[in-house]
Amino acid sequence: MAYSDKVIDHYSNPRNVGTLDKSKKNVGTGLVGAPECGDVMRLQIEVDETTNTITDAKFKTFGCGSAIASSSLATEWLKGKTVDEALAIDNMEIVEELALPPVKIHCSVLAEDAIKSAINDYRVKNGMPALEESKAHH
Amino acid sequence: MLKLPIYLDNNATTPLDPRVLEAMMPYLTEVFGNAASRNHPFGWAAEEAVDYAREQIASLINCDSKEIIFTSGATESDNLGIKGVFEMYAQKGNHIITATTEHKAVLDTCKHIEKLGGRVTYLPVNSEGLISLEDLEAAMTPQTVLVTIMYGNNETGTIQPIREIAAIAHKHGALFMTDGTQAVGKIPVDVIADGIDIMAFTAHKMYGPKGVGALYVRRKNPRVKVTAQMDGGGHERGMRSGTLNVPGIVGLGKACELARLEMAADTARLSALRDKLERELLTLEESYVNGSREHRLPHVTNISFKYVEGEGLMMGVKDLAVSSGSACTSASLEPSYVLKALGLSDDLAHSSLRFGLSRFTTEEQIDYAIGHVKEAVTKLREMSPLWEMFKEGIDLSKIEWAEH
Repeated sequence: MAYSDKVIDHYSNPRNVGTLDKSKKNVGTGLVGAPECGDVMRLQIEVDETTNTITDAKFKTFGCGSAIASSSLATEWLKGKTVDEALAIDNMEIVEELALPPVKIHCSVLAEDAIKSAINDYRVKNGMPALEESKAHH
Repeated sequence: MLKLPIYLDNNATTPLDPRVLEAMMPYLTEVFGNAASRNHPFGWAAEEAVDYAREQIASLINCDSKEIIFTSGATESDNLGIKGVFEMYAQKGNHIITATTEHKAVLDTCKHIEKLGGRVTYLPVNSEGLISLEDLEAAMTPQTVLVTIMYGNNETGTIQPIREIAAIAHKHGALFMTDGTQAVGKIPVDVIADGIDIMAFTAHKMYGPKGVGALYVRRKNPRVKVTAQMDGGGHERGMRSGTLNVPGIVGLGKACELARLEMAADTARLSALRDKLERELLTLEESYVNGSREHRLPHVTNISFKYVEGEGLMMGVKDLAVSSGSACTSASLEPSYVLKALGLSDDLAHSSLRFGLSRFTTEEQIDYAIGHVKEAVTKLREMSPLWEMFKEGIDLSKIEWAEH
């Protein structure tokens, strides 16, 4: 399969690979996917609680080039956004930005889920109600 | 200067040896006759070339030249051998025994046989990819007409105990067929000593052209017959009709001759290169060779790199043409059925690379491949949450994954 230049760029030079301290109260961690399915994505956000803004985002992904690119792009987009803005990120925006082929839409869905899962973790940690399952993807 | 990408997918197909092309050239141009035209010199010249190729092939596998049936390749040979026996020996029985790790040309043909009312036993393999002779013995019935087990596996290189398998088949009055596609031309295959009754193989896995293969069909002790799968002029002793692919056959013959003369030297060189590749890659933690390391083809190794995903790995080793166990699509994530049959988990089967070396593979290429793979695996592991968890001593099997 031919990958788009943007996928190749994110794969070759992934942004924000790493780990945030998940024990910190203002860090939310989302871990989605399963090893048997060939994709595991971990996305973390660090939130400035006074402004509700995401100050840092890190990812680690086990998966194909599109999965790595989707999560790398997600971390770029998350930084500087408020939590509410981050919640609004739709997987199809990732598909468009990376020009993912139809068989790789799954990777963008995983990234969106990872974002939501990280935000949810942050909310629960800080005494806010958990997000409702917003979108039925699968 | 090393030319990239480097081709290490020689189990899929090999490049044509220039000496084979040279032998074929006249038959693509001036010697164009139909080998079945018995009434003029154009036909005779073609027939003579075909007969010579039969001799070259026969010398490689130790058979009589009349026992070679030309086909379009190993898939057709497998089809002809299995379906041909099933039809020809319908009076005797309808049971066929094969293994779960066979090539699709065998497995899908067996599935077809089942639709026709045949019964097929698919023997499991152990963690090294070897079938159990006890299982085979237990599966034999008076209705068993054919045991078909491949010689060397295309994904792992594992070589089955062919002589023992043949002996068991014969003890129970069944024929023994083998898909010799990966083995013929690479290791000594002797149909007499091995007890092979029917064998499929093809030119393009041994530096010959694509589109030409052969089926060895034993003529004596026992005399084996297969029902033709294609009706026509009754070529190839009535077993495979169709105008012979003379240039292709000449190429197959030449490829067999070169294999016979150069096998020992190729094997020594390739197994040394393969061992170096393997030794170096196994210095990466949590990497494993798939299949038997004792009973295997000299030019193949299949290695799993744990905590790295197969398709991501393939993208990381873009300068190498290798094959991955992974067939990752969002619709169906299917890891290699061969590796799964060896007992590998889905994720480990996904993260495997198959390296197939050839006569044309150089040490410089292998050195490059070693560095390239090491770099890609290391980089992907640094990016892998699974690797991080493993390093922290977390038991991944205990995690409740949010499956998709």
